[in-house]
Amino acid sequence: MGTSVQDLIAQSKGKKNKRFIEKLIPVILFLIASVSVLTTIGIIMTLIVETITFFTKVSVTDFLFGTTWLPFSNKQELYGIWPLIVGTLKVTLIAVIVAVPIGISAAIYLSEYASERVRRIIKPILEVLAGIPTIVYGFFALTFVTPLLQTFFPEVKIFNAISPGIVVGIMIIPMIASLSEDAMSSVPKHIREGALALGSTKFEVAIKVILPAAVSGIVASVVLAVSRAIGETMIVSLAGGSTPKFDGTFTDSIQTMTAYIVQVSKGDAGYGTTIYYSIYAVGFTLFIFTMLMNILAQYVSKRFREEY
Amino acid sequence: MRYIEHDAVVKRMNSRMVVNKVFKGFFIFATSLALLALVILLYRIVTQGAGHLSIDFLTNFASRFPEKAGIKAALIGSIWLMAVVAPTSIILGVGSAVYLEEYAKKSRLTTFIQTNIANLAGVPSVVFGLLGLTIFVRTLSLGNSILAAGFTMSLLILPVIIVAAQEAIRSVPKELRDASYGMGATKWQTIVKIILPAAIPGVLTGSILALSRAIGETAPLIVIGIPVIIQFLPKGVMDTFTALPMQIYDWSSRPQQEFQMVAAAGIIILMAFLIIMNSIAVAIRNKYDKRY
Repeated sequence: MGTSVQDLIAQSKGKKNKRFIEKLIPVILFLIASVSVLTTIGIIMTLIVETITFFTKVSVTDFLFGTTWLPFSNKQELYGIWPLIVGTLKVTLIAVIVAVPIGISAAIYLSEYASERVRRIIKPILEVLAGIPTIVYGFFALTFVTPLLQTFFPEVKIFNAISPGIVVGIMIIPMIASLSEDAMSSVPKHIREGALALGSTKFEVAIKVILPAAVSGIVASVVLAVSRAIGETMIVSLAGGSTPKFDGTFTDSIQTMTAYIVQVSKGDAGYGTTIYYSIYAVGFTLFIFTMLMNILAQYVSKRFREEY
Repeated sequence: MRYIEHDAVVKRMNSRMVVNKVFKGFFIFATSLALLALVILLYRIVTQGAGHLSIDFLTNFASRFPEKAGIKAALIGSIWLMAVVAPTSIILGVGSAVYLEEYAKKSRLTTFIQTNIANLAGVPSVVFGLLGLTIFVRTLSLGNSILAAGFTMSLLILPVIIVAAQEAIRSVPKELRDASYGMGATKWQTIVKIILPAAIPGVLTGSILALSRAIGETAPLIVIGIPVIIQFLPKGVMDTFTALPMQIYDWSSRPQQEFQMVAAAGIIILMAFLIIMNSIAVAIRNKYDKRY
């Protein structure tokens, strides 16, 4: 045995290809990590380039300020984005009305009232609710919620804004509940106990101490949920209809931005037609809406965070 | 002299206690509404769809006649799709996570990549469909193939996998790392032989949950032009295909009442997939939870 440990070390250091691998690996991994950045660049470039092509066919002012969306008309095609935005906002508004009270109440219950055992049962169930594919929610809206609404309010049409709104609301409840609960649970225990020791009831602690302390997290959760509601596609495609309208009624058929993209995609609007490019312009508008919401959520949770 | 008016205090306390009780009831009620929604949803789907479930349903192709309609093409198509998405997204996701956790220095670029991943997770899936349509279907001329759909889905779930893998890698104890370096291992040897094996349970759990999201996604598939009615099975990744959610979407949007039952049966199959995948994830999590 002529090899000592020193020899082995010297031998191993001398191995060229091992050193080469150690140098090569970070480069490969960096390239892999840049895929996510390239994806963002790809999304933005795709949307911008195709939207610019769209604007060579339709004027920017017509698109931004027009209140009629009639791409399939054979007389005069009109591309005013507002009816699609209004449709999206109607669904989002109802979703928020459904999800915010329920989501925040569930968060308060789980964080302030529920025992550890109850929490361990309810949280996974909420996770299940969050994991259900949106196509399933869409089916539920169309075949259960809409008929149910119609038995109570006969004026509700088969396609409307209320049914998908309620179901999108159900879909975002887990998001609001779990993110808000995280925010409330992270309020330090001594603050909660201090308030209880002063003789506050649990309700008073929750409303006057925990909610204000966790407000940044709660608001951020709601904003993220709104962003999710705006981008939701299958529920509104199935139950919302395909009639872009610029009005304030919730009982009639509507069309959201996402549902329009789906409607065009499953039809056979040929490559290169104005309609084909219009889905990118609508997609770009949708992208800006959701991006602004996500940035707002990040801003709120950073700017208004209470540090303990 | 009495400093405290006992009656007044009791009266005031009582009303506060009542408010507390009432609101506790309200919070419980609100929470149970969410749970109730889940129960009704599952109950409706099972009662509507169970009648249509049969061996024929699994082995028939799609049909104009509801009683003959089957899910074979969609079922096999979804499995093909996963066969592309799983390796692509896991390799990209874990590779990115290893880079960010082990190699990246704290620089502006790293912060930018990290913020970008968070933002990418908030992009609506239909927008990923538009990306796939332009880049994979048109520019790279993959057409409406399994590969084009698989790549699009991989990018969609990439942020979820990266974040899960990062957490898994971060939770590997420092001692293991130090011990490995102490034995003279190089960085890459430490990553491959020590860190990744220790992080595998977390990586797998996160990846399976992300894949179960991909299997239920519909919007990107519609946008890149995946067809619904298909009477053959794909032979390779360049063939076109259809997937479970596409088939369910088609059945749901048909006016005939009978097709709603077929759609519900399809949803049961899709949910069965999800339950199996989630159970595997939970099993992995429980098995390896307290190793360190």
